[in-house]
Amino acid sequence: MKIKAVSYPYVAWALLFIAIPLGLIVYFAFTDTAGSFTVDNIIQAGRYSNVLMKSIWLSAISTAICLVMGYPIAYYMSRSSAMVSGTILLLIMLPMWMNFLLRTYGWMSILENNGIINQIFGVFGLGPFEMINTQGAVVLGMVYNYIPFMILPLNSVMTKIGKDVIEAAQDLGASPARVLSEVVLPLSLPGIKTGIIMVFVPAVSTFIISQMLGGGGNQLIGDIIELQFLGNAYNPNLGSAISLVLMLLVMLIMSVSGFLNDDDLEEKLL
Amino acid sequence: MNDIIISLQGISAEYDGEKVIDKLNLDIRDHEFVTFLGPSGCGKTTTLRIIGGFVEPTEGDVFFEGKKITDVPAFKRNINTVFQRYALFPHLNVYDNIAFGLKLKKVPKEHIKIQVEEMLKLVNLEGYEMRKINQLSGGQQQRVAIARALINKPKVLLLDEPLGALDLKLRKEMQMELKRIQQALGITFIYVTHDQEEALTMSDRVLVMRKGKILQSGSPEDIYNEPVNAFVADFIGESNIIGGVMLDDYLVEFAGVKFECEDSGFSRMEAVDVVIRPEDFRMVSVDEGQIIGKVESVIFKGVHFEIIVEGHGLQWMIHSTQSREVGDMIGMTLTPNDIHVMRKMEGRR
Ligand SMILES: Nc1ncnc2c1ncn2[C@@H]1O[C@H](COP(=O)(O)OP(=O)(O)O)[C@@H](O)[C@H]1O
Ligand SMILES: [Mg+2]
Repeated sequence: MKIKAVSYPYVAWALLFIAIPLGLIVYFAFTDTAGSFTVDNIIQAGRYSNVLMKSIWLSAISTAICLVMGYPIAYYMSRSSAMVSGTILLLIMLPMWMNFLLRTYGWMSILENNGIINQIFGVFGLGPFEMINTQGAVVLGMVYNYIPFMILPLNSVMTKIGKDVIEAAQDLGASPARVLSEVVLPLSLPGIKTGIIMVFVPAVSTFIISQMLGGGGNQLIGDIIELQFLGNAYNPNLGSAISLVLMLLVMLIMSVSGFLNDDDLEEKLL
Repeated sequence: MNDIIISLQGISAEYDGEKVIDKLNLDIRDHEFVTFLGPSGCGKTTTLRIIGGFVEPTEGDVFFEGKKITDVPAFKRNINTVFQRYALFPHLNVYDNIAFGLKLKKVPKEHIKIQVEEMLKLVNLEGYEMRKINQLSGGQQQRVAIARALINKPKVLLLDEPLGALDLKLRKEMQMELKRIQQALGITFIYVTHDQEEALTMSDRVLVMRKGKILQSGSPEDIYNEPVNAFVADFIGESNIIGGVMLDDYLVEFAGVKFECEDSGFSRMEAVDVVIRPEDFRMVSVDEGQIIGKVESVIFKGVHFEIIVEGHGLQWMIHSTQSREVGDMIGMTLTPNDIHVMRKMEGRR
């Protein structure tokens, strides 16, 4: 591989902000507070395997919901005029410009036992329903926060599907459903893959959302890691070890399901 | 006389409130090779898309074998299209592109295989089954597009400038090939082009369009020899178009000279357009000439010379197998049937 001079800043950047932090994580994960080698942290990290599984499970559900909800929106956008799709894009992006804590607080007050939804139900003599402090609320928070990362790559791939290709399919006898399954779906596969990664990876290490909407009983692996660095349980070595395990696990899941070493994806991400 | 396969009755179409097809009426017979010919933007594609079901007319109806199909969606019409820019499926190889229509119809795999092979043979692409679309040249992609449409055995095939993107030599080859395929399969072809030569060489019938209207419909010979107005004459091959005055039936004056002609039925002293094909002039000596002029330029065009003569205050284009020297004074004569007198068209300068 030849490295051209123009890529030096990028290489320096990658070294500074990717390679070095990663190296530090590995270093901390395999040392104790005194700085000598140990695998103890990794073994201790195993204690959190239940939380880890729960994190993976909830973020997988969230990713699936993002895909199912985001796909039609992205498809509609890609088939609309620039005006319409631009407006929808703005509506999707707008909440992202607001602080994410604020957004999540908003959901808290909506879902609370005496929140808006339960008040409305109360008018009809229903409820109150337990919505806050449930896994459902955590999933809701994830979907709400990460769905733009699904819609954007999907939309960018779908706008590249020519109108003429869709008309060609109709011309050959494809009903709207068949146009979707035979042409749009296969051609948007790279966007689906990118979207899944863009949602799943941040979702699996989510914290705060789970604390705010899930209550004490729905701690996720992200919350555990945070505690090791900023919380009472201060233990960066253990935190690094859990991070490392999480990272390797995500990479394993991705490669088993064929999401890495994919040419289309590389093109998309670069 | 019930072999009309497609009928357009009083069809109009608009984009953003602007009328681009204006009350079009048209009958197309089964097995016919019909060509829409006209300048860019005259509404050829729109008319084709109305037949295919991709544009909804604002008024009028489309009939297919006598049945109204105006409200039938494109995917339910037994009509296929070869699109201007091919529109092949980039995620499928040659085989799957061609098989697409049959797979939708749930034709058994073995039958699909046989028919795809047949189609590949028809368009001379045997052995290309597994190629990806982006590994094909423009001409090969064109052939795949044709095979993909024809495999459905449509009664009508729509072709929108299918050869527009090919170079001249390939275009000529494909013209012959399309004509061969059309005759071999006996399918009705509705063809769109802005290339008059292409229209004249391939079609049974040419429809000359302008501004959303059909100006003339006829065989290539009719259109070439008897254009209905100066626009058609000008569009179909090169012409000398001169303003003149109809003095009487069979007598027209232009360039300050009176000529006998074969046209009648005009009012006396009606201003008319006179159309003369460049190959219809005979070059004679100055004394014998009805029109006299000086040779301005001579260009060899392969088969003939194109000679531009200036005389009587006008420029004349002559095509002849004989040459003349630049600067020569020459005479030109015309016989009555070389002179085509036409009503002035509104909207022309
Ligand atoms: N999708 C469209 N939106 C707006 N105007 C269009 C559209 N398609 C075609 N037109 C206009 O309609 C007229 C006819 O177009 P078209 O049928 O494509 O002509 P042709 O195929 O003869 O070049 C042109 O003036 C063109 O600008
Ligand atoms: Mg066109």
